[in-house]
Amino acid sequence: MSSTATETALQSVPALLARNATRYPSATAYREKEFGIWQHWTWAEVAEEVRAMAMGFLALGMARGDYVAIIGRNRPALYWSMVAAQSVGAIPVPLYQDAAAEEMAYVLDHCGARFVVCGDQEQVDKVLEVQETVKCIEEIMYLDKRGMRKYDHTHMNWLMDVQAEGRAGHQRFEAELDKRLAELNLDSTCVMLYTSGTTGKPKGVVLSNRNIIETSKASAEFDRLSPTDEILAYLPMAWVGDFIFAIGQAYWVGFCVNCPESDQTMMTDLREIGPTYFFAPPRIFETMLTQVMIRMEDAGRLKKRLFDNYMEHARKVGPAILDGKPVSAADRAKYALGNLLVFGPLKNTLGLSRVRVAYTAGEAIGPEIFDFFRSLGINLKQLYGQTEASVFITQQPDGEVRSDTVGVPSPGVEVRIAESGEVYYRSPGVFVEYYKNAESTASTKDAEGWVATGDAGFFEEGTGHLRIIDRAKDVGKMADGSLFAPKYVENKLKFYPNILEAVVFGAGRDRCVAFINIDLTAVGNWAERNNIAYSSYQELAGHPKVLEMIQNHVEETNASIAEDKMLSGCQVHRFLVLHKELDADDGELTRTRKVRRRIIEEKFADLIDALYSGKDEIYTETEVTYEDGRKGKIKATLELRDAKVHKVAQKLAAE
Amino acid sequence: MLDTQPEGYTTADGRKIGGVVMEMKNITLRFGGVVAIKDISFDVREGEIRAIIGPNGAGKSSMLNVISGFYHPQEGEVWYKGARRPRMRPYQVARQGIARTFQNIALFEGMSVLDNIMTGRLNHMKSGFFSQALWWGPAAKEEAENREKVEKVIDFLEIQHIRKTPVRRLPYGLKKRVELARALAAEPSILLLDEPMAGMNVEEKEDMSRFVLDVNDEFGTTIVLIEHDMGVVMDLSDRVVVMDYGKKIGDGTPDEVRSNEEVIKAYLGVSHD
Repeated sequence: MSSTATETALQSVPALLARNATRYPSATAYREKEFGIWQHWTWAEVAEEVRAMAMGFLALGMARGDYVAIIGRNRPALYWSMVAAQSVGAIPVPLYQDAAAEEMAYVLDHCGARFVVCGDQEQVDKVLEVQETVKCIEEIMYLDKRGMRKYDHTHMNWLMDVQAEGRAGHQRFEAELDKRLAELNLDSTCVMLYTSGTTGKPKGVVLSNRNIIETSKASAEFDRLSPTDEILAYLPMAWVGDFIFAIGQAYWVGFCVNCPESDQTMMTDLREIGPTYFFAPPRIFETMLTQVMIRMEDAGRLKKRLFDNYMEHARKVGPAILDGKPVSAADRAKYALGNLLVFGPLKNTLGLSRVRVAYTAGEAIGPEIFDFFRSLGINLKQLYGQTEASVFITQQPDGEVRSDTVGVPSPGVEVRIAESGEVYYRSPGVFVEYYKNAESTASTKDAEGWVATGDAGFFEEGTGHLRIIDRAKDVGKMADGSLFAPKYVENKLKFYPNILEAVVFGAGRDRCVAFINIDLTAVGNWAERNNIAYSSYQELAGHPKVLEMIQNHVEETNASIAEDKMLSGCQVHRFLVLHKELDADDGELTRTRKVRRRIIEEKFADLIDALYSGKDEIYTETEVTYEDGRKGKIKATLELRDAKVHKVAQKLAAE
Repeated sequence: MLDTQPEGYTTADGRKIGGVVMEMKNITLRFGGVVAIKDISFDVREGEIRAIIGPNGAGKSSMLNVISGFYHPQEGEVWYKGARRPRMRPYQVARQGIARTFQNIALFEGMSVLDNIMTGRLNHMKSGFFSQALWWGPAAKEEAENREKVEKVIDFLEIQHIRKTPVRRLPYGLKKRVELARALAAEPSILLLDEPMAGMNVEEKEDMSRFVLDVNDEFGTTIVLIEHDMGVVMDLSDRVVVMDYGKKIGDGTPDEVRSNEEVIKAYLGVSHD
């Protein structure tokens, strides 16, 4: 840091951009693959682009405090539009691009967005549809020109035209822009992000420059991030993590943000970029592992043996080597050979060979998946965070990484556990308020700044690491008073590659039952290898052999749950394999793919009743929503199965 | 109606349709004793989407093959850009700016998507065999320029994720899209599509329709397409020629054609005797 004078001036994201443009003018700030080539922009160029865009926004009449919705996949120009909006004193509100029009309508109406920046025609169409009911939207901008020629452009602009207008009119707008930039301080709003919310309507979380900058600073120091780091920005822009990684930390540290060519090329782009700092939800790591395993099943005998042999060794010593613990010279030598023959090439194929720090969060990650990546020598760690905390609550320091904890409180964060077991935190990253929702703000954040996470957890004795059990409101009691923690069971089930999603019911009942979603990739591959023919997801999900396999998984899970005295009552007595994949379009999952328990409970009430009534099969009809918003019905007859449960440990009964 | 607008007109959705760019005059095509096309005349205007429809064996593909120079009609004339076209070989027709796709996909199965589309640029490459083989001097620059055009097409048709995939490994719907990409890479002024939606599911058809419309809109390419799916044709095209047993039985806007007695008969399968 050059001097304290500049430090105090760094009170906003645009100010960080200005600093980077002078400090690292020719360093690459953004890359995007377009037309098959990685296009790149230096910090100095980005500063110019953002400035021109901001002046274009002024030309369109963007005022202080206006809300600007941004809808699209991760592209540099869309990130710039957020910073440009901040520059003129407006507030960017990134939205989930795959949200249906009605979901968008709620958010756009709630924040009163005057401007909307869309990625492409698809998003513009949705906004136009929304505009019929939401009257606040005045101007639409879009980035991808394709198919847009015929639209009425009276209140619509190509983003690049807006930018060009800003450039052309710079003499008119420069003074005004500089005035507005100077007004920004740590307390001005940096961004507003809508939480997907597993229950109820989304809430607009207002995060100030202080929240974002302080958090970025602390977390960047924690992992010693440097300007030479590289990330791949591929997670939804509406998600707080993406904002922190691709804007907060990127602008604070000055590292390079790479944007993939399209959604489908993410894995190829990952390999080409080889990020050094990587973030992915457990689902991505699961998919990677599943793919590796599927491909190894199809590999030649020699390769398969090499892989199995060295992976076994890696599982044994890999994590220890990564943590810098003592490992014998012979083991080290074998690991090095394995690295040469197996791990190195594998990491390269996955695009993870340069990763220095990788994080997973959002959901619990299966211990096998976690250990697999760590044994390859990838520094995969867990963190625990929330939108309301500007991400970071706890994270794992290097050398203290395990799959069953979420680490120690992040720098600057205080964490305490309430009587009820709920986790509370307080930090500089704590959000300002829920927009237009003082009631929720008050019930979440108390006067002293402590925020309720809604999760139940405890600090592990000895290590001081936090362990999360479940959502506090999901943790309930069974009829006999024993603890019911559905997520705990679901996670155990989901650790099987064949199980994509599981939902466990049992609150207030005498026993637990479960819905299972099979993983089409894993089960489909298994079916292919075992000569099992199927023509649809539904048929595969109902195949007797698949049911048998799932039954084995459930029974194994029961055995492992039975070992835990506190939770042994949560064993799954009966289950069924759902005929459709749980989907965010049908409201069953959130956009970040978390299970919406209440909605599923209502929607499939007939199935739950059947499971408890002891029937062997049930006929059901389910409404589904297609991608374009049309609705249809799936009909199926599902088989209900019993699973073997283990004796509940005696100790609990004695208590 | 159209003859009264020789200089073209603007469609309801704001697209500019120009004057006649190609005219088929009294075309008759025979294979031995079989008359595939019998005295057919119609024209194609610049910038329009012109469909040729008809039941199986009506002579639609033969008509397309006449346009692209695969077949040579025994009688009749093809007029292109105001001049009578002499007897030409397909490659000469292609050089005039007419590109096509095939009913049965005709791609190089073993080559990657990218390479397949690059072949569509052949008519735009001038360097000789040796300089291309040695990748020497202007050849390298030329390839880079052509690659750029190809990449724009890849971006346009959203097939970035299969750029390096051998065509053999692709599902049918994507192969169709790659074929369209190759035809587009030639930057044609007239694009001939032979049953672009055949064998596709509803979603793939929707995608393909959108691409056809976007191509027409974005590049102003004139499109002549043959299609079975009536719904698709009526939605996409500006004007439709209806053929049955080698004869033209209708010609006009989708609405006109839809209410044409003879067309209804042909599609309801009234016996011909």
